[in-house]
Amino acid sequence: MKKVKHRNSTSRILGISLAVLLTFSTSLFAQETEAPAEAATTEAAADPAKGKSLFNANCAACHKLNQKRTGPALAGVGGKYEREWLYKWIRNSQGLIKSGDADAVALWEEWQPSVMNSFPQLSDEDIDNILAYTDAPPPSPPPGEEVTGATGGGTQGSGISNEIILTALVLVFGILVVMLLLVNKTLRRIAEANGVELVTEEGEKRLPIWKAFVQNQFLVLVSVIFLMLSGAYFAYGYLMQVGVDQGYKPVQPIHFSHKIHAGDNEIDCKYCHSSARVSKTSGIPSLNVCMNCHKSIPEYTGEEDLANGYTKDFYTKEIQKLYEAVGWDDANQQYTGESSPVKWVRIHNLPDFAYFNHSQHVTVAGIECQKCHGPVEEMEVMYQFSPLTMGWCVNCHRETNVKVEGNEYYEKIHEELSKKYGVDKLTAAQMGGLECGKCHY
Amino acid sequence: MIDMKSYINIGIILGAALLMTSCFNSSKPNYQYFPNMYEAVGYETYAETDAFANGMEAQVPPANTIKRGWIPYAYENSIEGKAAAYAELISPLDSLSSDDNLAVGKELYDIYCAVCHGTKGDGKGILTEREKILGVPSYKDRDLTEGSIYHVIYYGINSMGSYAAQLNEKERWQVTEYVEKLRADLLK
Repeated sequence: MKKVKHRNSTSRILGISLAVLLTFSTSLFAQETEAPAEAATTEAAADPAKGKSLFNANCAACHKLNQKRTGPALAGVGGKYEREWLYKWIRNSQGLIKSGDADAVALWEEWQPSVMNSFPQLSDEDIDNILAYTDAPPPSPPPGEEVTGATGGGTQGSGISNEIILTALVLVFGILVVMLLLVNKTLRRIAEANGVELVTEEGEKRLPIWKAFVQNQFLVLVSVIFLMLSGAYFAYGYLMQVGVDQGYKPVQPIHFSHKIHAGDNEIDCKYCHSSARVSKTSGIPSLNVCMNCHKSIPEYTGEEDLANGYTKDFYTKEIQKLYEAVGWDDANQQYTGESSPVKWVRIHNLPDFAYFNHSQHVTVAGIECQKCHGPVEEMEVMYQFSPLTMGWCVNCHRETNVKVEGNEYYEKIHEELSKKYGVDKLTAAQMGGLECGKCHY
Repeated sequence: MIDMKSYINIGIILGAALLMTSCFNSSKPNYQYFPNMYEAVGYETYAETDAFANGMEAQVPPANTIKRGWIPYAYENSIEGKAAAYAELISPLDSLSSDDNLAVGKELYDIYCAVCHGTKGDGKGILTEREKILGVPSYKDRDLTEGSIYHVIYYGINSMGSYAAQLNEKERWQVTEYVEKLRADLLK
């Protein structure tokens, strides 16, 4: 896009209004068009849109505009200190403190031991842009807001309208039933009034069907056998599911959505369950692991699921529960020291007589977590995906080849055993994965 | 007119269906056969127990004790500690097995660090791209030594938390080595 550089006022007004418009739509285009429009004045050269992206890339880890985080809130900071001082402070805050500058020392006294990183890579212009943003942040793009508002309203509308349609259907159905009964009644009355005799089936004297059945001994024998077999089938099915918790989906004290964490945000399972790599137990993360991210994420801003009541507010309240449990005072950005453990409900639970080791499967065999735990990254509420029965274990041991690559421990025995069985690749079962003593001892 | 008997029959069937569906409650665990064979006599991981005052099996190690094989970290979580680690702390890893260490380091880096720092170390991980966590710097904009990288993994810094609980000493050094490699690649 090329702009004619006329200096008359109408074109400038047009240019600025275009720039403002484009700022609100996309910052990328705004940067291109704003430069010629604002080059006229030196004071207004600072570009809050550029400043915003610089702020998000460099400062937002520790600063927010109106909220205390690791560092102070930065709205209006450009008016509090001199520009030259701010350049020095941002490029090398520790140096300024050491030089004995009164303002710098006062800040250090207040905020230590947090050390602000040095940003020597930021030019004066960059810093001006950032300060332009912090002093007068452009309102978040109204068109975008309208769009999200509209879609939000749309989903909400569809959620509600679904319910309305369902209740309406139920009502219509109920009315139909009542009407049918009423019609039946009135018809009968009319019939009676007209003297029509209603014939009922009881009128005829026939052999009752159960008596006919009892008299046919072959049919009795066959049906008895059938009943016994099907009874045995169901009894067997019932007994076999005793102690199997497939589908177990308890309510947890904090609504932790694996879908948001492992699905939407693609956080690796082992980020939180780090002991699955090295230990028998795949540990439940201690709350400091949650705080690695949630120190910076006090509220939920992602998608909502209104049909199930999972609103932004709902998720934000769950994050508050985490803060309460770990004893984090978000307003003052410090730990209160009063923590209480979260009583998570254990879902996957092998009986005591079966031994299972996570590290053997995760690290040595390199099996994906999803192989046993199912599509966890799609689960809003965690549930047990696999039956965890012995037959299920044994099946997998029969089908899965041992991963020998890069594992000296298996090299020799793999060679010997594959010669013995006459195969190229050994399954876990051939390696001894079906020995009773492997899991029961 | 439908007689009383068929009403009763319909009622029985509906009742049975209701009973069968209500019995299946996915928020409760299933019955166990001989539970004393299922449930451990010893303390299970994370189990509740009355053996300790706070009722949990999981306990914080007593003060002034270390676990077997664990070597205390010599530098304090302070500016002086970080400066000292930056200047003098050197990786104990064998430089001859650098390839193996880098491979493990990459694997661990992709699990623990890449969500924010990005797989290339440019500060563009999925969490920063999705604007969940902002302001993650690129390694190339930071003055780093292996000592300072290790120090920050151990204690965390500003908004970054400590990863000492998720990575053991050797793993931390392996990640450190990989971070140095990423930084060198970015500076090319």
